[in-house]
Formats: sequence, structure tokens, C-alpha cells
Amino acid sequence: MSEQQPTVTQATLVKKAAPKSDYKPADVSPQRRVQRTFAVRLWSIRHSRLLEWFYSRFADVFLLLHPLWKGIGYSRVEAPVKFIEKRVKGFMFDCRMCGQCVLSSTGMSCPMNCPKQLRNGPCGGVRANGNCEVEPDMPCVWVKAWEGSRNMVHGDKILTVQKPVDQSLRETSAWLRVTAQAAAARETARNPGASA
Amino acid sequence: MTALQRDENPAGIHLPLDPLPGHTSRGRLERVLRRGEFAVTTELNPPDSADPEDVYNRAKIFDGWVDAINAVDASGANCHMSSVGICALLTRMGYAPIMQIACRDKNRIAIQGDVLGGAAMGVANMLCLTGDGVQAGDQPGAKPVFDLDSMSLLETIRIMRDNGKFLSGRKLTTPPQVFLGCAVNPFAPPYDFRPIHLGKKIAAGAQFAQTQYCFDVPMFKAFMQKARDLGHTEKLFLLCGVGPLASAKTAKWIRSNVPGIHIPDAVIKRLEGAQDQKKEGKQLCIDIINEVKEIPGVAGIHVMAYRQEEYVAEIVDESGVLKGRQPWKREIRRDDQIVAQRLDHILHDEITETQVDMVKTAH
Repeated sequence: MSEQQPTVTQATLVKKAAPKSDYKPADVSPQRRVQRTFAVRLWSIRHSRLLEWFYSRFADVFLLLHPLWKGIGYSRVEAPVKFIEKRVKGFMFDCRMCGQCVLSSTGMSCPMNCPKQLRNGPCGGVRANGNCEVEPDMPCVWVKAWEGSRNMVHGDKILTVQKPVDQSLRETSAWLRVTAQAAAARETARNPGASA
Repeated sequence: MTALQRDENPAGIHLPLDPLPGHTSRGRLERVLRRGEFAVTTELNPPDSADPEDVYNRAKIFDGWVDAINAVDASGANCHMSSVGICALLTRMGYAPIMQIACRDKNRIAIQGDVLGGAAMGVANMLCLTGDGVQAGDQPGAKPVFDLDSMSLLETIRIMRDNGKFLSGRKLTTPPQVFLGCAVNPFAPPYDFRPIHLGKKIAAGAQFAQTQYCFDVPMFKAFMQKARDLGHTEKLFLLCGVGPLASAKTAKWIRSNVPGIHIPDAVIKRLEGAQDQKKEGKQLCIDIINEVKEIPGVAGIHVMAYRQEEYVAEIVDESGVLKGRQPWKREIRRDDQIVAQRLDHILHDEITETQVDMVKTAH
């Protein structure tokens, strides 16, 4: 885009008609998130392979601790684990706590940061410079996801069709859920007759 | 009596066609595509009114030139008559609408309901879209829903059709028989992911695809090459999106304001150099169609002539893509003609009858 045409969209007109005020809050609506930087998120995507390796070790440790979680009670550890998970993933990936993490299938680029929350690939509105249609200053989550997935060992997991988000799992710990599910799967593998 | 047209139910134009083996829908578009004919679809500019005549008049311009008409679902996030409403009107008149479903405005509960409702009205084709962001439209303060995305929407409808179940697993007594479509944009990054992404859509249930406006044929060719190599064109009918540009100014405006539409400089230069830019825009569209129709794997074209709908017939005619074939055309039925002949005068005569007079003449 060499020439800078004055862009008058319907949204611009609506914005102009809105009452003027000095108070311009950041982070409340897609249009106002322009002041943000995406440095940490982009670092995570660049190092997706390292994080993939790290996460698989981390998941193993969590699974190893399954007896501990079970001893204390999953419902009781939920709050502190969620507290940490939210902070850590929030810092690393701008996590939105959907509770059903698919980072390892999306090149370590959190799809819930897409303004349309697409979990299966980019929309058709990606700008020519690779930025988002809704937030012109943000690199498209899915352009980055594709780049990140190319660095990963199991990067082709990006090809699986994801189910729609279960909204009832919002604000819950994905780490604990995955651990509990893995433990249950291990259990049934050990004694197949029991669960059938 | 007027001769029965191909792909028409003898019992009534508004009724679904006989099921055919290998067909998932009972509509005209799937038949045309599966016969290997070059299909032409177009888009109906949705009215901002509650008058059904507006829809009928806008559909009438396409009569005999297109195989199916897209009923858009608040395109560009601007309010218009709903796609379900337009489909209800079009199916009544025997047209083959493609019901667009955008994920922006409805959650999974509303969407699955609309799929059943649409199918019950005789909608045979559904196009699953993500939808533009609300910021693009006339109500940027609206809540963006995006409960499903285009991929999970495709899968949802495919499950409803093939497994006869809602997403929840609850059973349907009669599953919707629909031909499923998706949108593709080969002209936006990440370019190397786009053909693979299309494969994902096929896996989710897409049977036909309509592309974004194609103004860059070499880029489209490269995309098609990859799609063919991946074997997509054998599993899906791909319709290339084309359309006339009204002027160089509009082209520039679209380029800087509508994300996802890629217009190369050469196109704008060609329009700027022309005497009559509107005519040149139409000619450019015809030239692109002529190039695109030769690309292996292209099953048809999707003509989007926003606010230039009257050009669709000319573009289709002059490009000769139909090769002499005439798509289904709405004709006045013989009984309607007789009624019109005998009773048309009552619309024009200015006679005021009182009930007393009517009783007198009746005896």
C-alpha cells in the first residue's frame, strides 16, 4: 500500500459521530486495542519448537503428580493452578482462558486472540501485509500460527478440524483437565475390562 | 402448455427435485455441477425493505442466466433483509437460492434451527461463512457472536445431514438434504496455507466453494495448481468469484477499504486508461472469465456485480461460458396466464361496487 487514501468506512463515520472525550480506554473493544504490543506473543510463536518440547515435559510432570492432585482433590487444586495458569499463559500467549487449550495444534499462537475466535484457520479478510482485518495493527493470529506450526515437530496437528468451543469450560484450568483425562486414559489402557 | 424445463419438478416449480444417486441435495445447482456443466452463480443485493416485490424484481434480472442465487447474510456486517427471508421468497418462486450462513450474528442454537427451517422451505444449497467483523458494518457496536467458525459450521451441517443428529447428539426425524459450500480466498496471506486450509474445509464437509473476487489470474492459477496437486478439485466443485469494477476510483477504494480483496496495479492502470471506465470494467471481467474458465479444476463462476446486477446477464452472455445452455428460467404458468387474461382488467378498471349492486347482479 504505497498511497495513503483517506479511509472513510461506515465504522469511521459512526466513530466520528460519537461524543468526543479525553478518556480512551485500551483493551476493551477490538477497535481500541491498537496501543498494545505483541512482542511476547510473537516471541512464543518464534520459539514454538522449544515451547512444544517444554510443554510435553511439563505435561508429563503434571501427569506424574496425578496421585497428588487426586489426593488433594482436583476441585481443591483448581483455584491455585488456574491462578498460575492464567498468569503464565496470559503473559506468554495472551491466553483468554477458554479452558480447552489448543496451542500445540496452532503453532503456539492462541486462536482466541483472533477477534473472530477462529479455531480452524484464517478468515478471508487477512490484509496483504499479514495483519488482522479487525485490528489493523495486530499480526493475524493464523498467519503466525501457520509460521509457528512449521517449526514444530507435530506441526501438522494444525490440519485437524477443531470442535467448536465449549463455552461452559471458560475460566477453568486446561492443564488439570488434560492431566485428568490422560490419567483416565492410562487407567483404561492398564485394565481395559474395568471401564467397559 | 409451456414445456417442462430440465431440473424442474412437474408437480410445481417450488418443489424439490427427485433424489438422484450420489447427490446429497435435491436442488438444481448440484445436478448442474455433477453433470459436469459449467455453472454460473450470482449474488442478490438484499433489499432494505419489507416488500417481497423488491426481492422478486432483483431476482428477475438473472432469469435464464444463472444456476443459483446467493442470498447474502448481512454482508459486510450491514443490516439487510435476512438470508432466510430471501430464501423463503426465492424458493416460493422456484429459484435455486444458496443460503449464506455467517457465524457473526448467530450462535449454534440459532444456526441449527435456521438450517432446518431453510431446508424445509426447499433451500438445497448452503454456504458456510465466518462473516465479516462487526467493525466493517453500519453497527460497529454490535456484539460479535462467532460461536462457531466456518469450519465447525460445515461440520455441524454435515453431521445434521449425514448422521441425522444435532451437534448435541439429539436425533432429527428428517435430516436436511443440502449441498454444502464454503468460501475460499486464495488472494490473502498465508498464501501457502490456503490450499491446505481448503483441504481442511473439504474434510469438514464442503462440496463446493466460491472464491473471493479474482483480479489476479496468475495468483489464482498458482493456487489452483496446488489445489489440484492435493487432489482437492476431484472432491469439490470450485467456482471462481468474478465481478465488474465500476471505475478506477471504486477499485482503489475497494483495495484500501475492503480487506481480503486483492486488486493488482495493472488492473487499476487499465481502468484509468480507458475512455469509458464502466465498460472497461465489464470487459475486464469478461477477459478474466475467459482466462479462468480454461484453468483445469474450475467448475464454474460466481459473478458478484454489486449494484451492477443488470450487467450479469451481459457478462455471462458475452463470455459464452454457458456454451448455449440455458439455465432454469422462471416462466408464467399456463393457468396463471389464463387467470391474468380474464381478470387482469380488475387491476386497472376503476369500478366501485357496492354490496347492494353485487347482490343484484348475482341474481
